[in-house]
Amino acid sequence: MPAFLRRPDPRALPALLWLVLFMVVPCLLLFAYAFFERGTWGGIVYTFTLGNFARVFDPLYAGVFLTSARIAATATAIALLIAYPAAYAISRAPRRRQPILLFFAVLPFWSNYLIRTYAWIVLLNREGLINSLLTSAGYTGEPLSMLYTEGAVIVGLVYNYLPFVILAIYSSLSRLDPQLAEASRDLGAGPVRTFLRVTLPMTLPGVAAGGVFIFVLSIGNFVTPALLGGGRFQMIGNLVYDQFLTANDWPFGAALGMILILLMLLLLTIQARLTDRAAGTRPPAREEAA
Amino acid sequence: MTAAADRFLALEGLTKDFGATRAVDGISLDLRRNEFFALLGPSGCGKSTLLRMLAGFEAPTEGRILLDGQDITALKPERRPLNLMFQSYALFPHMTVARNIAYGLEMERLAKPEIAARVDEIMAVTDLAPFADRKPDQLSGGQKQRVALARALVKRPRVLLLDEPLGALDRKLRERMQLELKRLQHEVGITFVIVTHDQEEALVMADRIAILRDGRLLQCGTPEDVYQRPADRFVANFIGTMNFVPGVIDAGARFTAPAIDLAAPGAPPGRAVLAIRPEDVALAEPGAGIPATLRDIAYHGLDRVLHVTLSACGTPLQLRIPARADLTPAVGGTLHIALPPDRCTFFPD
Amino acid sequence: MKPHRWAGRTILILVFGFLYLPIAVLVGLSFNASGLPTVWSGFTLQWYGALASNSDILGAASNTLIVAAFATLISTILGTLLALGLENRRRNGTVVEALVFAPMVIPDIVLAVGLLSFFSRLGLPLGLHTIVVSHVIFCLAFVCSIVRARLKHFDHSIVEASRDLGASGWTTFWRVTCPVLLPAIIAGALLAFTLSIDEFIIAFFTAGAGRSSITLPMQIYSMIRFGITPEINALATLVMGVSATALILSQWLNKDTLR
Repeated sequence: MPAFLRRPDPRALPALLWLVLFMVVPCLLLFAYAFFERGTWGGIVYTFTLGNFARVFDPLYAGVFLTSARIAATATAIALLIAYPAAYAISRAPRRRQPILLFFAVLPFWSNYLIRTYAWIVLLNREGLINSLLTSAGYTGEPLSMLYTEGAVIVGLVYNYLPFVILAIYSSLSRLDPQLAEASRDLGAGPVRTFLRVTLPMTLPGVAAGGVFIFVLSIGNFVTPALLGGGRFQMIGNLVYDQFLTANDWPFGAALGMILILLMLLLLTIQARLTDRAAGTRPPAREEAA
Repeated sequence: MTAAADRFLALEGLTKDFGATRAVDGISLDLRRNEFFALLGPSGCGKSTLLRMLAGFEAPTEGRILLDGQDITALKPERRPLNLMFQSYALFPHMTVARNIAYGLEMERLAKPEIAARVDEIMAVTDLAPFADRKPDQLSGGQKQRVALARALVKRPRVLLLDEPLGALDRKLRERMQLELKRLQHEVGITFVIVTHDQEEALVMADRIAILRDGRLLQCGTPEDVYQRPADRFVANFIGTMNFVPGVIDAGARFTAPAIDLAAPGAPPGRAVLAIRPEDVALAEPGAGIPATLRDIAYHGLDRVLHVTLSACGTPLQLRIPARADLTPAVGGTLHIALPPDRCTFFPD
Repeated sequence: MKPHRWAGRTILILVFGFLYLPIAVLVGLSFNASGLPTVWSGFTLQWYGALASNSDILGAASNTLIVAAFATLISTILGTLLALGLENRRRNGTVVEALVFAPMVIPDIVLAVGLLSFFSRLGLPLGLHTIVVSHVIFCLAFVCSIVRARLKHFDHSIVEASRDLGASGWTTFWRVTCPVLLPAIIAGALLAFTLSIDEFIIAFFTAGAGRSSITLPMQIYSMIRFGITPEINALATLVMGVSATALILSQWLNKDTLR
């Protein structure tokens, strides 16, 4: 047994073993596959190669990476711009109402991803609700082609992940001692400067957590580009999907998967750094009444 | 009283190590039957660990615990005829008051009617009957405290252990509960062992007090003993308020400090401190006593506390005088004080 | 203060509108007799009736429930034990913490292809059982995090109090620890159940070929690719209804922890 598994309480062992066997081992297997060659008829030929990683720089795939990064970054930026004011508004609501507001903001996140994406097909397609509303409002031109555009993919990603971004920002806003902002006002800073100099920097960990989350899940997404992009916008997720299910090039798919994992680890590390730097955002533990 | 009654609960050389730290260091104590006994000390002195060893939650590294002559050191907590009232009260949040109290009796597998009768009885004694069906989170701090007490007492333990039982209550309620606990202890006739860091609480409630520091027993005695005749300088400082004046004791057993010269019968020669309570310091006629500068006057209702510094050496001193007593000098003025020799205690410095 | 409050309220109305209007449209359309998104021609339940006679959907629904039931059962037991075990140590190693955190952040496509590679490397036939095994991974992580949150507020002295009052270790577990943790355990189970019935990507990769192990999300995916139909609206409404009910119940049970 590995050393780190010998230390925990025995009750934790079954779950930890499950995670090692069905999560760590498959990821390691993927990692190993990424360094092998693809067989002529699919399958894996066990000769070491770095070719799978080199192919990432092939203009064909580099293009997919750039598109993915652009779409994910746009979705991240828009989601943060919507989520911050929303989380701020929730944190300013009466204390008793905050949990319920937060719960209903997050509720869609836990429900079916496909169905939430499908709802946007209903809204955006040529015979869809938005176009018919436009027609009834007197618009006579061609119905707008909104579905199967980059915009539709971005809307879908923002819509699906917004709840979690709100949650992440809210949790760092709710930990913020309101007296800090009051102190800043007391010391002569206006509301805008107080926000920029005190509130925003101290809630940056939440912004980072939410941002990393939506960026990583967007760039690795394949459902939203497939459904709302109509297959016209390949993202890394779709590429992985294709390698495993249509192109039958598992080693390359594995390499792409490893790149996603590395990207996630990199972003999580940056986020952890940001959180460490902002350490001390938590109000000090109340002194125990002696 | 027989010797057996004096050694009802005996602690013999109890020691507890946590890794390299020694939390309790060779404590031996004999507790009497039906006594209200306090373990007093600052936080980290080992008093809670000592209590947890009595309850059975910590195994002593060395030493024995005897209850009525029987060695209970190795007994599991659920088998000991001692019950603990927890500092946090530790009420079961998912059970009503009545269920909480009945829990311990159900563990003894008593018949249902007997359980019901004993629960009703103890709820009557502790004024909890109106709250029988409430859950702990619907109770005030004082009510929770009574439930915790009732839950432990209903088992009719040989000894009741109380861990800072009044710590979470506000001052007024605490003072009332101190008397209440004392009354209850008389009524049920059980040995109470209370852990507290509050010396006033120990003085008010306990028949005897053991004062602990750094895992060691410093002194064990009645409230009068520890207040009037503290065993060492720490106890003197910890119990009540004490003035200390540094000086020297010479071979002729006289204590000298600037402007002070007192007989210190029996005290060994060397550097020493004189200890005296604020209420024992007296005001003297001008010219007769030790000159001191009045720095501050604190009004306490019944009396006043004067903060002075001795003119000769600058040592700060408090004296407590009746609020109605005339006081001629204003703050900043000079007055004269006397240190009655029979009120002074001397400790080596 | 006034304009501030109004700004907050406006933002919330807009954001909640954005989050819930698309779902509301879907629910509304599922009762529309015309079946078209553009014409309202009266209330009907016919699309729900159509579902009941669609054997593909019924089969997928029953597969989903089987998977969710097993995944929930296993992950609730493992996740709760994990939470208890982790709580017992003051400091768990970074490796252990990362292991428990990873299922919640790992991109599901990576986990999905990893599991596919793993199962096929072992030569394991794919089917509902492999979906269960895969779903347990992330379900147990969420159960664990909910139970751990409850344990943070757990007053351990009540366990000692129970021992002190004469109860054995087992009695204490069944009469004190378990009842106090139960709301959180059930809340975790309900969340695990929702996550499992809604999970698509991992199920898609670990189900194997053939209709026999198609789950509801896989069925919905293929229907969506085919086009918009009123049956999908009805099915979507039902699935969302089940998830929302389970989640609201879960939240309600767990409200003491979150307070």
